[in-house]
Amino acid sequence: MKKLGLIVNPIAGMGGRVGLKGTNGAGIVAKALELGATPVSPAKTVEVLRVLKKSGVEFELITYPAEMGESEAAGAELKARVIGNITSRKTTADDTKRAAKEMLELEADLILVAGGDGTMSDVIEAIGTRAPLLGIPTGVKLHSAVFANTPEVAGQVAARFLGEGLPLREAEVMDIDEDAYRENRLVAKLRGYALVPYEPVMMQTTKEGSVGFELADQKAIARWTIELMERGRVHILGPGTTTRAVAEELGIYDSTLLGVDLIYDFKLLARDVNERQILEAIEGKPASIIVSPIGRQGFIFGRGNQQLGPAVVRKVGKKNIMVLATPHKLSLTPTLKVDTGDPELDDELRGYIPVIVGYLQTRIVKVI
Amino acid sequence: MLHHYIPNVREIKEQMLRETGIASIDELFADIPQKIRLKRKLNLPAAMSELEVKRHVRAILSKNKPFTQMPSFLGGGIWPHHVPAHVQSLIQRAEFLTSYTPYQPEASQGILQALFEYQSLICELTGLEVANASMYDWATALGEAALMCARVTGRRKVIVPELISWERLSVLRNYASGPALKIVEVGYDSRTGQLNLDQLHRELDEDTAGVYIENPSYLGFLETQVDEIAEATHLVGAQFVVGVNPISLGLLKAPRDYGADIVVGEGQPLGNQVSFGGPALGIFACRGEEKLIRQLPGRLIGMTTTLDGKLRGFTMTLQTREQHIRRERATSNICSNEALCAVAAAIYLTSLGPRGLRELAETCAANASYAMKRLKTVRGLETPIFSSPHFNEFTLRCTKPKLTIEKFNARLLRQGVHGGKPIRSEFPKLGETALLCTTELHTREEIDRLVEAAARAVGGKA
Amino acid sequence: MTYRQARWAREGCLEPLVFELSRAGRKGISLPPKAPARAKIPEKLIRRSLELPELSEPEVVRHYTRLSQMNYGVDLVFYPIGSCTMKYNPKICDELANIEEASCIHPYQAEETVQGALELMHRLERQLAEIAGVSRVCLQPSAGAHGELLGMLLVRAYHKSKGEARTQVIIPDSAHGTNFASAAMAGFNVVIIPSNNRGRVDLEALRNAVSEKTAALMLTNPNTLGLFEDEISEIARTIHEVGGLLYYDGANMNGILGKVRPGDMGFDIVHFNLHKTFSTPHGGGGPGAGPVGVVRKLEDFLPVPVVEYDRKRKRYYLDYDRPSSIGKIRSFYGNFSVLVKAYTYILMMGENGLEEVAETAVMNANYVMRKMEDVRGFEVKFDGPCKHEVVFSAEPLKRETGVTARDVAKRLLDHGMHAPTYYFPPIVPEALMVEPTETETKEELDRFIAAMREIAEEARSNPDKLRAAPTATAIGRLDEVKASREPILSWKMYRELAKG
Repeated sequence: MKKLGLIVNPIAGMGGRVGLKGTNGAGIVAKALELGATPVSPAKTVEVLRVLKKSGVEFELITYPAEMGESEAAGAELKARVIGNITSRKTTADDTKRAAKEMLELEADLILVAGGDGTMSDVIEAIGTRAPLLGIPTGVKLHSAVFANTPEVAGQVAARFLGEGLPLREAEVMDIDEDAYRENRLVAKLRGYALVPYEPVMMQTTKEGSVGFELADQKAIARWTIELMERGRVHILGPGTTTRAVAEELGIYDSTLLGVDLIYDFKLLARDVNERQILEAIEGKPASIIVSPIGRQGFIFGRGNQQLGPAVVRKVGKKNIMVLATPHKLSLTPTLKVDTGDPELDDELRGYIPVIVGYLQTRIVKVI
Repeated sequence: MLHHYIPNVREIKEQMLRETGIASIDELFADIPQKIRLKRKLNLPAAMSELEVKRHVRAILSKNKPFTQMPSFLGGGIWPHHVPAHVQSLIQRAEFLTSYTPYQPEASQGILQALFEYQSLICELTGLEVANASMYDWATALGEAALMCARVTGRRKVIVPELISWERLSVLRNYASGPALKIVEVGYDSRTGQLNLDQLHRELDEDTAGVYIENPSYLGFLETQVDEIAEATHLVGAQFVVGVNPISLGLLKAPRDYGADIVVGEGQPLGNQVSFGGPALGIFACRGEEKLIRQLPGRLIGMTTTLDGKLRGFTMTLQTREQHIRRERATSNICSNEALCAVAAAIYLTSLGPRGLRELAETCAANASYAMKRLKTVRGLETPIFSSPHFNEFTLRCTKPKLTIEKFNARLLRQGVHGGKPIRSEFPKLGETALLCTTELHTREEIDRLVEAAARAVGGKA
Repeated sequence: MTYRQARWAREGCLEPLVFELSRAGRKGISLPPKAPARAKIPEKLIRRSLELPELSEPEVVRHYTRLSQMNYGVDLVFYPIGSCTMKYNPKICDELANIEEASCIHPYQAEETVQGALELMHRLERQLAEIAGVSRVCLQPSAGAHGELLGMLLVRAYHKSKGEARTQVIIPDSAHGTNFASAAMAGFNVVIIPSNNRGRVDLEALRNAVSEKTAALMLTNPNTLGLFEDEISEIARTIHEVGGLLYYDGANMNGILGKVRPGDMGFDIVHFNLHKTFSTPHGGGGPGAGPVGVVRKLEDFLPVPVVEYDRKRKRYYLDYDRPSSIGKIRSFYGNFSVLVKAYTYILMMGENGLEEVAETAVMNANYVMRKMEDVRGFEVKFDGPCKHEVVFSAEPLKRETGVTARDVAKRLLDHGMHAPTYYFPPIVPEALMVEPTETETKEELDRFIAAMREIAEEARSNPDKLRAAPTATAIGRLDEVKASREPILSWKMYRELAKG
C-alpha cells in the first residue's frame, strides 16, 4: 500500500487576511493572532483529504500531531498514523523540517504540504528532491510552481499519483524576501526544486514511471536551442532546469541551477554571475539571453533572475531573447509575464513571442 | 431528398430540430461567410441507384484486360499470385473491414491478435525479432528505413545499388530530402550484376548511416556477396538494410542469417490482389536491440495480460517511440497503415506453412528457370543478361538490330501475350531489355506460348 | 444493461495464437504443379529451416472467424470517433473494387490494356477537384499522413522554384499530431499558434507568427473542435500576403460538403481522406487513401505519373513528362481499390447526396450537443453551433467525482458502442470528441445520450464499478504498462523470453 505523508503548516495564510505579507517568524505570528487572524490551512487540508477519501485509492496516511495534520485527518474522518512530537500552538519551521525528514525515512510515496512558499522552502531544505511533494495552497506567498491550483485539484492529483501513477517533474520553489515585500519591494529568489507529480494536459495519459516526458521535452528543446546558438556570441543562460538541460547537452555539467551562467563558443565562460559581471562580459560582443519561465505565474524576467536587469536586457535587445518552455510548463501558464523593474521596458517586451517548446518547434505565446 | 444511407429522413430531422430548439439546418451553417459559400450545386452527376452504378462502373472497368485473361509476365516490385478464396472471404468480414485502428484494445482483440500474428510471421521469414504492423509499400518502407538508419547512427549517408527500381529510388530521395540525407549509388559488375564491392568499400565511411541492397535484386538475380557486404557495412558502424520479395524467403536464407539489421519489402504477394498497384503492404522488420526498437517507425502490437494477470491480450504498445522519433530531423509521421493487407498476409502465410511456402517459392523459381531455358533457344534474344542465379524474375534482351523492346512487347501483345516491363529507360546501358516474372500462376503451356510468340516477334512474323 | 460483446476464451487466453494451434504435417493451401525445371540456386543461399505454423484450411478459417467476432466495427456498433468519420461503408463499393477487372490488373500493363483503370482515376480526379475547388488532384498518397507529407513536399518545391528558402510551417495548437510530424519530415520548423477563447485560430498570434520565413499554414476547417474557422478569409490573406501557402487537412470535410469548398476559402493545397469523408472502409488501420489537390500554380510539382486524356487519340495515358515534378512518394499510382470504392460512393451520393451528407452530419452532431446539455458532468467550452463533430469536456464530472474522460470512454464500450476519441484535442481538458456521422439513426443518438447520462450517474453513485470498465467486452482492461516495460512484440521474442 502507498504511503502518503501530510505536513500542515497551521499558521500559513494567516497573515494575508489581516494585511500582513507572510507569517515567517514568531513575532509576526503573534501579531497576526492579535489582529484576529484565524488559521486557513486546516479547512483547506480537510477538503483535500475528503477528495482523496472519495477517490477510493488505498493509502496509509502518515502525519504529525495535532494541528500539523492529525486534527485535519480526524476532520476528514481518515485514519492516520501519527509520528513525531510538537509543542501545540508553538510550531516552527524546524517542526516542518523534522516532519519531512521523518516521512522520507519512512519512505513516503508522496508528501502533501499545506502551506506557502516559506513552508515549501523549509521542506526542500530538509529533503530536497528525495521524495515527491505536492503543495496544498494555503499560504499567502504562492509563487512556487509546486502548488496545485485548488485544494480539490491537489486531492485529485494526489489520488491519481497514488493510484494509476503519474510522471514527476521538477518544479521551482521560490521564496520572496518578506521584509522587502512589506516595503513593497518584490525580491523573489529561486530557493530550489521539488519533485512534483504532473498531469500532462497536453498529451494522452501516460504511465511512464518517474520524470518522464518533461525530461525528454527539455532535451529536445536543448537540442534545438543549441542548433540556434552561434559562435562569437555570448549566451546568457538564466536559471532553471530547462536552461540547465541546454548546458548539459553541451557537455557542461557544472552550470548553476539557481544562478545565471555565461556560455561562449559552446563552453562555460562564467558561473553564477551578477548584473555587473554580465555587462562586462557582453561589452563589445553580440549577446543573447536564454531564459525559461520561473514559478507559478510564468515570469520570464523578474522572479528568480534579477541579475537580468533592465540594463542587461536593453543591451542584448528584444530580438536576441530566446525563451524556452516545455509544453507542460506552458499548459500551467499559458501567458507569460515580465517584471524587469523598468515599466517601459516591460511594455516593449509585451506582445506575442516565439517560445521554443521542442525540437524544431516553437509556439507563439502572449506576454502580458 | 431521400438517400438510403441516411436514416434521419426529413420528418425525423424536423423532429430533431423541434426537440432541440434549432430553427433550421441552415442556421447551423450560418457562420460560414456568404462570400465564400458555394452558391450552386456541385457539378456532379445526380445520384445513381445501385444498379445504375454497378453498370456504369463495370462498363468503365471492362475496358481493362485482367492478367488472368491472358498470359502476363509482369513483375517488378509487385507480383501476381493466386489469392486463396478463404483469405479473400476472411478479410471481407465486416468486423475486420469496417473497424478502426485498435485504440480500444478491450473491444479490438481480433485485429490486434491478427496483427501480432502478422508481425510474428514476418519475423520468422526474415529471422529478425521485431516487425511493425505494416507500412504503405516497399518504397516508403525503404524511405523510412533510411530515416531510421540516420536516427540510429546519427549519420547522413545511405548507400544503394545502382540497379534499384527508379520508383523506389525516387521515393527514397523524397523521404531523405527532409533531413538532407545523402543517397549514393554503387555500381555493379556488368557480367554478373553483383554489387561492385570495390566501389562499395570506397564509399563506406564514418558518415555512412546505412547500406541497402535488394535480394533478389530488382532485376531478378540473387546477390551472392551478401556476407561480405554485411561485414563491410558493420565495420564502419553502419546499418545493413535488405529489401526482399517475401515469397523468396520460403526458399532463400533469412536475411538475419547473413547480417541484416533491417529488412524491408513488398508484402503484397502474401494474400493480396495486385489491384493496379494498390493497396500494397510495406514490410518493415529489425533486430531486437533496444536502440533499434526505440527508433522503429510505425505501429507495434505487443503481448500483455489483463490487469489481474489472468488472461493474455494484445495492445498497441511502445507509443513512447514517437517521442524519440519526434526529436529528430529524420522523423516519421506514419499513422494509418495497411492493416487489413497485413491481416491477409497473416492468413496467407498461416495457410501456406513452411512447406507450402517453400514449394511455392520453388515453383516460382522453377517456372522462371524453365522460361529462361526455352527463351534462350530463340535467336535474337538473350536471357538472362546477368550470369548469376535468379529467383522468379529475369531480364530478357532483344539483340536483333532495330527491334526495340517496346516493339517486341507490342508484337507479343498482338498475339495475346503480355511481355515484361521494359527497363531501357531506367538503365539505358542495358539495351533493349525487359524484366519478366513467373509465379505459380504460369502453366507450362503459357510459358511455351510466350516462347512461340517471342520467336515470332523476333522473326518478324508477328 | 444486457449488452455483451462476442467472446471466445480458452485457458489463459481468448484464442490461441496460430503458432500454438500448429500441428506438424498440416497444410492450408493447395498449389498447382511446377514446370519441368529446377532453379539453379547455390546451396549456401538456401535456408535451412523455416518455422511457420502448420494448419489446415478449416482451422485457419475458424481461428480468424473467431478473432473477427471479438472486434468492433462500424457494421456492428455506433463508432463516434472524432475526426475519423466512421460512417457506413456501402457494400457495392467493396463488390466493385473486388471484380477481376479491378483487382487483377498490373500497374505496368500496356496502357491500352488498362484504359478502364486510367479512366476511373481520371474521373475520380475530376470529381474530387470539383468537390474541393482545386484544379488537379494527385491520387498517389496511401493515407492521410502520407498526403500531408506530399503537401509539405509540394510547399517546399514551390518555394524552391521561386528561389526562396522558407523554413517555417505554422500549425494551430489544436492540430492532429501527424501535422507536426509531416512538416518536420519535409524539413520544416514548426511554429505553433494558440487558439483564442472562441476555439478558433488566434488571428493576432497568427499575424505575429508570419514572416518571410513562412512557407505554409496547415489548417483543418472545421477545426478539431468541430468549429468552422469563420475568419478563414482573413487567415488566407495573412498567409498569402507574405507569400506563404495555405494547406487544408481534409479530415473534417464531412462537415462542409457542398456548402463551401476549401479552394474557395483560399486554400492552395487540399488534402482528402477517402477512408473518412468518402466512406472507404478503415480496415483496422488501413488501407486508406489521402489524395492531394492543388491550385494551378502548384500543378507542375505534382508527383508522376499524372493521368491525362489524349483527345486526338481518344485514350487515357500516364504522363511522366513533367520536369518539375517532385518524383514519387510511393510506388505505382496509389491505392487503386480504395479509389474504386470512393468513386463508386460519390456516384451513389450524387450532387444532392453529398450536400445531404454534410447537412445530416452537422444536424446529428448539434442534436447530440444540445441533448447533452442536461447531462450534468459534461460541458462544451465554446459557444455556438458545431459542425460535424462536438468536443465535450468531462472536467466537471472529474471535479465532482474523480472519474476521467478515459473512464467514461471505457464504460461506453459496455453499452455496445465504441468510445469517442478522448484527450484530444489537447487544448480541452478531459476532452471527449464525438462525431456521429450522417449514417446514424436518431434512435442510436438517443441511446448514446442515455448511455452518457447513465455513466454520469454511475460516476456519482458507484465510481469504483465504473472504473472497472469495460466488463462487457471480450476482455477487460489490459496492463499497458507491462506491455511497454517488458515488450513482447513477436512469437519469436516470446519464445526467447520463455527460454531465458
